[in-house]
Amino acid sequence: MGSNLLVNYESVTAVILFGIGFTNLLLQKNLIKKIIGLNIMDTAVYLLLATQGYIEGRMAPIIVNGNTDPSLYINPVPSGLVLTGIVVSVSVSALMLALTIRLYKRYHTLNLDEILRHIQKEGH
Amino acid sequence: MDFIRNFPFFSIIICMFSGIITSVLSGKKARNLCIGAVSIVTILSACVLFYTMQTNVSFIYMMGHFPAPWGNEIRAGILEGVLATVFSLILLLSLVSAYHRTEEDIEATKLNLFYLLIDLLLSSLLAIIYTNDLFTAYVFVEINTIAACGLIMIRQKGRTFGAALRYMVMSLIGSGLFLIGLSLLYTLTGHLLMSPAKEAMAKIIATDSYHMPVLIVLVLMSIGLAIKSGLYPFHSWMPDAYSYSTASASAVLSGLVSKAYIILLIKIIYRVVGIDFIVTSKMMNVLFVFGLVGMIMGSLNAILEKDIRRMIAYSSVAQIGYIYMGIGLGVEQGYVAAVYHILHHAATKALLFISVVGLSNVSGGSKLFPDLRGAGYRHRSAGVAFAVGSFSMVGLPTLSGFISKYLFATAAMSASPKKVFLTLVVLAVSTILNAIYFIHTVVTIYTPAEEEKPEFERHHWREKPWVAFSLLLFIALNFALGVFSQPIVDLITRGLQMFG
Repeated sequence: MGSNLLVNYESVTAVILFGIGFTNLLLQKNLIKKIIGLNIMDTAVYLLLATQGYIEGRMAPIIVNGNTDPSLYINPVPSGLVLTGIVVSVSVSALMLALTIRLYKRYHTLNLDEILRHIQKEGH
Repeated sequence: MDFIRNFPFFSIIICMFSGIITSVLSGKKARNLCIGAVSIVTILSACVLFYTMQTNVSFIYMMGHFPAPWGNEIRAGILEGVLATVFSLILLLSLVSAYHRTEEDIEATKLNLFYLLIDLLLSSLLAIIYTNDLFTAYVFVEINTIAACGLIMIRQKGRTFGAALRYMVMSLIGSGLFLIGLSLLYTLTGHLLMSPAKEAMAKIIATDSYHMPVLIVLVLMSIGLAIKSGLYPFHSWMPDAYSYSTASASAVLSGLVSKAYIILLIKIIYRVVGIDFIVTSKMMNVLFVFGLVGMIMGSLNAILEKDIRRMIAYSSVAQIGYIYMGIGLGVEQGYVAAVYHILHHAATKALLFISVVGLSNVSGGSKLFPDLRGAGYRHRSAGVAFAVGSFSMVGLPTLSGFISKYLFATAAMSASPKKVFLTLVVLAVSTILNAIYFIHTVVTIYTPAEEEKPEFERHHWREKPWVAFSLLLFIALNFALGVFSQPIVDLITRGLQMFG
């Protein structure tokens, strides 16, 4: 069982990174660190996708010299997915950062616990 | 007639374009454009429903004319038609019946952005309902999250920023899990389109070569979508998000947004993994147990609440529990009941959120029970609407809630014996708990106030006839779902058969 880990070291790295990002997003008190966790988590998924699409010894899927034999090229779909995913995660990060700026302006702290305490005190 | 095949795509693109145009319009024009666009989408979705009812097969619309397994597809059948029609109708009614409140709550310069977000939300809801492609579904799930977060924080008063932050963090955790599940699924099957992925999946399951990875994919996707839709232990963002945003937004968020993720989960179960594997895996039991716990805990929390909107928000937690319980039963009728409950809850919860606005407006803007005494007399149309919504939630016959509880109970009969017992007991307990807080609230708003406070106002329906009319339509929708339940359940059953 353990023997597969070394062969698929990229996937293992991706899963470890995903775990780091996920726990940061979930447990960090600091909002900026939370967002960094989010980005690590998303990037880990893109690493997984990119490595799954790459086949060793093959070329980028751009036809050269009219050679259309698919066994020469790697799978381009995961790269496309990574691009789309990056766009999604950029927009989500931007939204989170904007929200953080708003919260910081109002409560003068980035600590989530303190912000929630302020909000609790504020009432309705 | 074949022209109707374009309508699903048209309805998505109409919403997007009207959103783009909305961004440069003033508030009032933006509202009219948005309401117009949503009305058109409702009509187009109804056409899709009638077309698929007549042909009795689901049709595939190729995006960009690349055939499967490479292109991107829209697939529409009866179930998609029903969902799209009811969802856009409810969105339309929620917009019209609380537009005056929206204009009070949101700064005039930002009003067009509210309608932009509504357009974006509807287009992403429709895309999630119609799409046949896993990655497209993911992208629109994220668009849906962004639009929903915007709708929460566009009312810049009170706790909305905190609510938006909590909502965003939970949603991002959910979509992260969903995304990695999706990537693993892609590496297993090699397809992103759902139908070819199902063929590959059937081969994998038949040879039993990747049992553990398939299970992990299933767990990641179900948990991710469960977090996003607010299943019980992940519900912490719901009360704040639903009770501090503006009324139309809360109606839409609790009625439609959280349901879209459940529909996506049902779609993945039916169209990718296959229902047989789901039943043999233990994954559904987990959702079943969480659903049961949610049904009880949501209602208990709602009983303890003193704020009427937070009470309704907690009731949503319980209703999401009902839906997951239906999915977790692992039988065909369970899914029918779950889909019916999605429709019932969308109609009823939107009605409740909208009518509460009327009640609290005539009570000096307060949402606490002591101040709401006699509000049903001061604002008669909202009072009646709230009473109908509450009775429907409790499950009075002829209303939609009764039918959905009946469907859950009959579906449980064909599940395994342990589940039959658990479902029936929890269903009974949860109905009693529902009755406690909803009947109590109805009694409160119809108990005459002890003293007339100066901030109390009286509202006559002629002041805002549109609001009264759309509340009436909401009530009619609730009765229609209850009275014509048999044809609707038949439609859902037929829809689910062609869904896979």
